[in-house]
Amino acid sequence: MSLVFAGVCSHAPGIVGRADQADPAAKDRLYDAFADMRNRLEASEPDALIVVAAEHFANFFMNNMPSFAMGMADYYEGPIENPDWLGIQKTRIPGDKSLSERLIRKVMERSDVSYAEEWKFDHGIMVPLHFLTPSYKLPIIPANINCQGPPLAPLNRAWAFGQALREAADSVPERIALIGTGGISHWPATPDSGKINEEWDRRFLDEWSRCDKDAMLSYDDTQSYIDAGQGAFEIRTFMTISAATEGIEGTVHFYEPIPIFAVGCTIATINL
Amino acid sequence: MQKFLFELNRDEDFQSRYLADRRAALAGFDLSDEEQRALSEPDIGLLFHIGVNGQILMHFAAFHSIEWQDYLQLMRDGLDAHGPVREGVYAVTGYEGVESHSARLTQIGELEEGDI
Repeated sequence: MSLVFAGVCSHAPGIVGRADQADPAAKDRLYDAFADMRNRLEASEPDALIVVAAEHFANFFMNNMPSFAMGMADYYEGPIENPDWLGIQKTRIPGDKSLSERLIRKVMERSDVSYAEEWKFDHGIMVPLHFLTPSYKLPIIPANINCQGPPLAPLNRAWAFGQALREAADSVPERIALIGTGGISHWPATPDSGKINEEWDRRFLDEWSRCDKDAMLSYDDTQSYIDAGQGAFEIRTFMTISAATEGIEGTVHFYEPIPIFAVGCTIATINL
Repeated sequence: MQKFLFELNRDEDFQSRYLADRRAALAGFDLSDEEQRALSEPDIGLLFHIGVNGQILMHFAAFHSIEWQDYLQLMRDGLDAHGPVREGVYAVTGYEGVESHSARLTQIGELEEGDI
């Protein structure tokens, strides 16, 4: 089979944890967009969902930091955060070890990926799942790109990882859905939290929606940090989805800066 | 210091031991007196100033039930009291605080509005 669904979404913890502090109308528009994304995902009838995330030191630390990693377990647990703070209760999330292993073996042919038989999800995966698979029935294959602790893998390696994921999805009989989760410009968890560079975001999303590979690969982390905060390193997750669907345009269904959520909230899908 | 927080953030048993005796939970980690004080009080502003990544610090603050706006203010107060972040990802290009970043953003100029 192949990819039956691909898209990207935000994962900021405030989206759920600080929902009551946001402009209610803005929150409702975002939640409606998440619901629409969930409907699109379910309509594609996937057997499993690969979540390309930028986790935040829940599993991977600077003592042993992989640039790219994928989960290979029959179940995962999350969130690691205080459930009251995140607004999501601790739960067990199904995986599929056999499918993971087959995908990972294929990805390894093109990309140097690490695997992990244990994985605790943080908000980077739990917030998207809270909206997209709230019953926690769909098997999840977590994937992580180090977007937190430099040195980070260059953007072209994230592109290669996305291409490898596509080849892997094409190589298995299961119907595979794929999402990337991350922020565009943002300064998460710092004193600048809430600052959003909307112009920067809209330019990147325009490039993303046109699958403009050259434009996306031209970003420089040092400049991105100055212009768009350390959270902008997470564009790797969005670009991975572009690489997995190279040549196909995407549609940005929702983009709106919501400062209390600390990010320009984004919901977009690839026009598969 | 970040290793201690990484371990604490993801391990509920470790969290219980920390709550029972904060100083004792620090044993086994290579920490200065300043770092031990910052971790045991906890002093969120000092931890940010020393260089703890916000993604690690945010979870630690949530663990201590520190409200979001208070967490942000504690970091700002830490920068005011101690100066710019010493090392880590925020020091790579110089994290001097909110105002300098705001000033930098205004220098970017008007970008063309992209249609999305």
